[in-house]
Amino acid sequence: MPTDRRRPTLADAPFGAVPVAHQFDDFEQQTTADTFGMWLFLATEVLFFGGLFCGYSLYRNLYFDAFTAGSHLLKVKYGAFYTVLLICSSLTMALGVRSAQLRRRTALTVYLILTWIMGFAFVFIKLRYEWYGDYLEGLAPGVHWAPSSESMEMIRHFHATVPHVGLFFIFYFCMTGLHALHMIVGVGLLTTLLIFTRQGRVTGGNYNWVEIVGLYWHFVDIVWIFLFPLLYLIGGRYV
Amino acid sequence: MSTVAVEVTPTMPEVHYLNADYGWRSWLFTTDHKRIAWLYLFAITGFFAVGGLMATLMRLNLIEPQGALMEPASYNKLFTAHGLIMIFFFLAPSIPTVLGNFLIPIMIGARDVAFPKLNLLSWYIFMLAGSVFMLAVIRGGVDTGWTLYTPLSTTYANGHVLSAAVGIFISGFSSILTGLNFMVTIHKMRAPGMTWFRLPLFIWSLYATSVIFILAMPVIAITLALIALERVFHVGIFDPALGGDPILFQHLFWFFGHPEVYILILPSMGVVSELVAAGCRKRIFGYSFVAFSSVAIAAISFMVWGHHMFLTGQSVYAGFVFSALSFAVAIPSAIKVFNWTATMHKASVSYDTPMLYAIGFIGLFTIGGLTGLFLASLGTDVHLHDTYFVVAHFHYVMVGGAIMGYLGGLHLWWPKMTGKLYPEAWARFACLLVFAGFNLTFGPQFILGYLGMPRRYAVYPPEFQVLNVMSSAGASILAVGYFIPLVYFTWSAFKGPIAGPNPWGAKGLEWTIPSPPPTNNFEETPIVTQEAYAYGPEEAHVG
Repeated sequence: MPTDRRRPTLADAPFGAVPVAHQFDDFEQQTTADTFGMWLFLATEVLFFGGLFCGYSLYRNLYFDAFTAGSHLLKVKYGAFYTVLLICSSLTMALGVRSAQLRRRTALTVYLILTWIMGFAFVFIKLRYEWYGDYLEGLAPGVHWAPSSESMEMIRHFHATVPHVGLFFIFYFCMTGLHALHMIVGVGLLTTLLIFTRQGRVTGGNYNWVEIVGLYWHFVDIVWIFLFPLLYLIGGRYV
Repeated sequence: MSTVAVEVTPTMPEVHYLNADYGWRSWLFTTDHKRIAWLYLFAITGFFAVGGLMATLMRLNLIEPQGALMEPASYNKLFTAHGLIMIFFFLAPSIPTVLGNFLIPIMIGARDVAFPKLNLLSWYIFMLAGSVFMLAVIRGGVDTGWTLYTPLSTTYANGHVLSAAVGIFISGFSSILTGLNFMVTIHKMRAPGMTWFRLPLFIWSLYATSVIFILAMPVIAITLALIALERVFHVGIFDPALGGDPILFQHLFWFFGHPEVYILILPSMGVVSELVAAGCRKRIFGYSFVAFSSVAIAAISFMVWGHHMFLTGQSVYAGFVFSALSFAVAIPSAIKVFNWTATMHKASVSYDTPMLYAIGFIGLFTIGGLTGLFLASLGTDVHLHDTYFVVAHFHYVMVGGAIMGYLGGLHLWWPKMTGKLYPEAWARFACLLVFAGFNLTFGPQFILGYLGMPRRYAVYPPEFQVLNVMSSAGASILAVGYFIPLVYFTWSAFKGPIAGPNPWGAKGLEWTIPSPPPTNNFEETPIVTQEAYAYGPEEAHVG
């Protein structure tokens, strides 16, 4: 929680102390360039995920029954839990950005740690419990693909064909896997940011580092906001 | 406004970026954009040599109808490696990473690119990608063609598809980071007074190229990742037996692939704009049209991929749309060609080597572009699809266009990069050899394709032999034409006469600083008061 009573503004920040890289004229140019670079990187990311979303849309249209069946085999409660978790982590991240701008080191540390915990919880629960559970149920496509009798019951219920349900699970694992990879990178970035904060380098001037990591974090959250309904809620499932 | 002083004896600065520091560390760990340009120049020259050697072997094989040299399987691997190396490891990086790296900061009045360390990282990623890919080639190669179509690259693959795909996957990230760096640099690093419409057209075209890098490269990355998944985990995203669809691969590939081929030509168009302006000592006719045509080509490039798939089960209506959109690309392309020509109108055109390359580009690109319209037409494409007509078409654009532009740009800016002049007579001779050899190589292939000779075969019916021998003869002339510059550039770097800051009497910020430039490019950030092509009447007084 913020301990400093005074609310400093951007104006009284000691920017003169911040070293500017030799290629930049001033701090302003440096921060806007860094932030713009992250925006462009996110544009690349949209297209990177875009290939998977494109394939997903195609096969969902072709094999809607199979995708519905596959969706019903997922653990929707986990999905809902992640969604809450990630939206909360976006909030703490945004509050962290604000704390950084206001030079509140303690508050920033608290918010970064909270975000870190939620990000780590997501990755841990996703891989350790949900994915591993899916794997044990034989839902991992490829050589380990062996749906249980209960799963087969569900597939028959929706008049779906088994290979096409496998296709759903390929997309499920690829899309959530790529997303989880981005979450792991995000947790790594948060760790770095925490170290820099501890060293005083963030509140000492480079507050835009939090902004940049924040942009990335929000992007990864938004991807999940799309993934959750697309994967877990197909075919009017509101459990 | 400064005027160009007549230099009686050109001089070189005592300290410049080339001798500011010595030793291999000062090169391999440099963050100076000018030195990184050299790192790329050496790397891609190596890849060009390898890819060119493969083309030579292919042309040798095709001297005889039954194949003079090799088994068809080897031939398949050869043309695959030739295509992949030339596209991903030579053409795509060529102008952006060599001339772009060297010139973008200088042309906009900056000390370096926005992210110098990222710039160096891009080079290391590129070298890693090249090494992984070359390892795949050495260990046995790939026989799928550069398009890596499924199921040839998955179910029926019998080469090192996986490691080759990993190499290309990695190279994509090098391109993405370069594009990102250039875009941020152009947006944020321009000197005071350097407005968008004072920028050299080279910057505009590299900006458009960077947009494509950022938006197209991730698509091939994810597509190759899916292929790798399919191979490793035996899942069926593109395998009909498991519910997948191989046509999806083609859609994803060409959504990347067609923008990719504009990555190859757009930078060259930017170079030619500079060559024409410098060679005619004139403002480019219709500056803003040329600038926006680059952006238009980049934008349309994402909407034409279906013209590669007219014969692969695409709906006829989609074919109509893709055909019409492909025709639309001709408009910005023609704007450029007409405006370059209009610039030459009533100009005192110099016939130095850079301008010769520019003229060669305009002619060959026009042929390459117009034959593209044959292929964008639904009817004629049925006949010409997958024949040598296609091969000739894209070589006219890629080799006759992109490489001519690259060589022309190297000649124009060589004095800036090294501070030395190259031997003009040899350079003109090499340029003529390239032009003649190129036309002899690929001209006959239009006829071969029209007569129905399919591409990607190691053998052909005997009646095609004369045209094939002509093509192979041309290739040998072309090879000599490419080899000569290698020799005289190397000579010039060590023994060439001193060039001075502005040997061409050209305009633009890069000609206002010493050759070779100091490490920081500018003593102090320049204040720009005029556009890059401010060739005015006062030039006449200076001579």
